[in-house]
Amino acid sequence: MTLATKDLAIGYGARRVGEGIDLALGDGEALCLLGPNGCGKTTLFRTLLGLIPALSGRIELDGIAMARQSRGDIARRIAYVPQAQASAFPFTVREMVLMGRAARLDLLAAPSRIDHHIAENALSRLGIAHLADRIFTEISGGERQLALIARALTQEAPILVMDEPTASLDFGNQVRVLEQMRALSRSGQAIIFATHDPDHAFLCADRVALMHQGRMIALGTPDETVTAANLKTIYGVDVVIATLAESGRRICAPSLTSA
Amino acid sequence: MKGLFLAALGALVVVIAALCVGKYLISPADVFDVIWARITGGPLTADPTADTVVFNIRLPRILAALLVGAALAAAGATFQGMFRNPLVSPDILGVSAGASLGAILGIFTSQTVWVIQAMTFVGGLFTVALVMAIGAAVRRHDAILVLVLVGIAVETLLGSAISLIKILADPYNQLPAITYWLLGSLTAINRADLVSILIPIAIGVAPLYLLRWRLNLLTLSEDEARALGVDTRKLRLLFIVCATLITSAAVSVSGIIGWVGLLIPHMARFLVGPDFSRLLPASLLLGGGYLVLVDTLARTIAGIEVPLGILTAVIGAPFFLWLLATRERGWQ
Repeated sequence: MTLATKDLAIGYGARRVGEGIDLALGDGEALCLLGPNGCGKTTLFRTLLGLIPALSGRIELDGIAMARQSRGDIARRIAYVPQAQASAFPFTVREMVLMGRAARLDLLAAPSRIDHHIAENALSRLGIAHLADRIFTEISGGERQLALIARALTQEAPILVMDEPTASLDFGNQVRVLEQMRALSRSGQAIIFATHDPDHAFLCADRVALMHQGRMIALGTPDETVTAANLKTIYGVDVVIATLAESGRRICAPSLTSA
Repeated sequence: MKGLFLAALGALVVVIAALCVGKYLISPADVFDVIWARITGGPLTADPTADTVVFNIRLPRILAALLVGAALAAAGATFQGMFRNPLVSPDILGVSAGASLGAILGIFTSQTVWVIQAMTFVGGLFTVALVMAIGAAVRRHDAILVLVLVGIAVETLLGSAISLIKILADPYNQLPAITYWLLGSLTAINRADLVSILIPIAIGVAPLYLLRWRLNLLTLSEDEARALGVDTRKLRLLFIVCATLITSAAVSVSGIIGWVGLLIPHMARFLVGPDFSRLLPASLLLGGGYLVLVDTLARTIAGIEVPLGILTAVIGAPFFLWLLATRERGWQ
């Protein structure tokens, strides 16, 4: 499964948010999207998911233009993990996760025993099988995020799109979600995610795209793209990129100027 | 499953009780006897009057109450899910206001009962179609919010037309008929009415029932539901058309009966949870049973018939407040 965009322009009607976007995502690749608020990350995601039309250019899924695919076709290829929101009704985690099967079921069908099994597997894979019968709105933010990832997994789509999966999570839950993302990526799941923490790119991305004012200013491995100069360009602040002596892992930390 | 079984059992008990009580009391044994005699065609051991009362008077009215209650509750559950709000009632898009205007115009112009029913039905459907058309034309905001706001505006407009007709109506003949109709009643139900609402209600409930699991997906945000592979616009349109069809059909014979569509889905959610696979059947059963109960009270508690709308409000509003005060889940 590949996802590719060619000279894509995104936005809402007359309002052009971004243009000239060329992306390619291969099997099992994890692509991290970095950029300041308002740079067009969410608009790009909504366009990639087919929720809003591209203003110009093309999006191809396995070489087929997205514009010609039905909602079901797209949902069987790309799954979406939104930022967790409250639901108006007290669905259980299991009921919520089962909704991921919608694109795999006939119009008149309800989830079968097999679908229940798939949902339970997804919950176990994310280590939250014990939450299956809890009320979705009553579990913690981190648990909700994991449940939404489980729902996306039951969709059995080769590509996951995650819009700031660690936003508004405490430190422990951020790490837990990142760990799961890396595990998924290693098991062959392609992931595109947006984040506000450049360090997450080092933790679980194969490639990084930097967005600035609606344009893609860099695309490459984390080592190539997450540089002090690039981050200065998009965020306007100074950072230090260093390598940890013991593990060789690269980290990114802000360096405050008014010290 | 246990919750659904309880709902079905409750509805059955209420129906049997409703067949027994009234001005002419019939024992449960005699009720079974006359029904058994009709089914098998065997000899009647009970009083022949019991047979007449059960089959010609009580049964049509009870069946109508079952149908109307089930229809209003199913429409309420559907609209609450679709509008992601547990406080929505089936007339959110103006179906009751449109139906009322249709009925009142019919009464005002001295039409026959049959024509008044048809005008009621068409009034409800037409109003919702108008709200949907305006909503589709206004594309600037969140689709659901637009629909709700357009519904409020149209409803207000129709409300003023209703008030105008009430002022102009003959205060001795037409005005009492209008007032009575606006309070809802099943007194005048006959077998022909039953057939005339059974068909549109069946046509409207069938797609809701078949697609009920998918209704869960419409309770999510628009982007989420679409990313899960749901064509939300088509599905929502279908659900609105179905729910409007059944509400209009119900209202056309019963008049305005408030609170059922708002309250029953809550009780159903309490009993079986929010998953529409179970919530819709539970709402149908509870709604039917509840209206049979209220209608039985309406014809037995006083010397005159108490309008249904008054009873459903008197029972509904305090119950609603009690729910509000005691339950946290489902209100978040």
